[in-house]
Amino acid sequence: MTQSEFLNIVTPFKDKVYRLAKRLLVSNEEAEDATQEVLLKLWANKKKIEAYKNVEAFSMTMTKNLCFDKLKSKQAQNIKIVHSNYEDKKTSLQKQVETTDSLDWVNKIIETLPEQQRLVIQLRDIEQYDLDEICKMLDMKNTTVRVALSRARKTIREQLTNTHNYGIK
Amino acid sequence: MVLNNIEQLIEKYENGETTLQEEQRLKDYFLQDNIAPHLEVYKPLFAYYKANKQETYTKAITLKTKHTNVYKWLTVAAVAILMLGFYFKSTQNIMSADNDLGTIQDPQLAYKEVVKSLELISKSMNKGKATMGYLETYNKGLSTVGYISELEHSSNIIFK
Repeated sequence: MTQSEFLNIVTPFKDKVYRLAKRLLVSNEEAEDATQEVLLKLWANKKKIEAYKNVEAFSMTMTKNLCFDKLKSKQAQNIKIVHSNYEDKKTSLQKQVETTDSLDWVNKIIETLPEQQRLVIQLRDIEQYDLDEICKMLDMKNTTVRVALSRARKTIREQLTNTHNYGIK
Repeated sequence: MVLNNIEQLIEKYENGETTLQEEQRLKDYFLQDNIAPHLEVYKPLFAYYKANKQETYTKAITLKTKHTNVYKWLTVAAVAILMLGFYFKSTQNIMSADNDLGTIQDPQLAYKEVVKSLELISKSMNKGKATMGYLETYNKGLSTVGYISELEHSSNIIFK
């Protein structure tokens, strides 16, 4: 397999891998590292790629496991990094601030969810995977995924209503 | 009617029972501007999902191609061949020495051979001894030196 062939396989889902990693690891840099690692692992085992039925699902599972490993690793336990993803905001219009603020709220709420629910939300509501695919990726039963999804969605809604109505009701 | 439908969908959505198509409809509804006030809460949620999906991995993908180092293995092979060469060479020497030590089986012949070699040794030894004759002249010289010590003795007496 040549490099370009490999890139053709990998490119469609590399962003999904990155986003999933970021959902779990929070920081941009950590997520970039994780993505790089996943891609390099795939490249190193490129001979086996053809044997896999679904490279994308396989990579997502790999990403999930890698991120869990990273979170459990000593490094993550020793240093508590404050993840601040700096961005330059070009136009700080009131409206834009407001919307980004509410988006930040959603982000914060999702971050407080348990890892399992975060994964499910990421895969279903953002990447829009089929339930069966999610089951395969996470090695979970269909009902378990459904329950996790439902719980996550309800929690997010409750929290959002709380912040939305804060000081009003 | 539409609102009713959306409310039902949200109910299903929260129970995790919606299909992807139904979720897409929810998304479409919440990403437009005209949303029922009591459903306003969901707006940022779907906006967030949409914004998040646009995030991309921007870093360049660097792939390391494994090129096997030919020179490394060449040196390994060279060393192996060299060592094998030495090994076979040394074993060959030992083998030949083992087979032919020059042992003479016949005692008569052996005696003759020994005498011959001993004569050879004594002959060359005598040749060496002949050159030792010069040593006698040295002795003679040494005895004449003895007179000098006598002279010294007498001079000692005189100067006393």
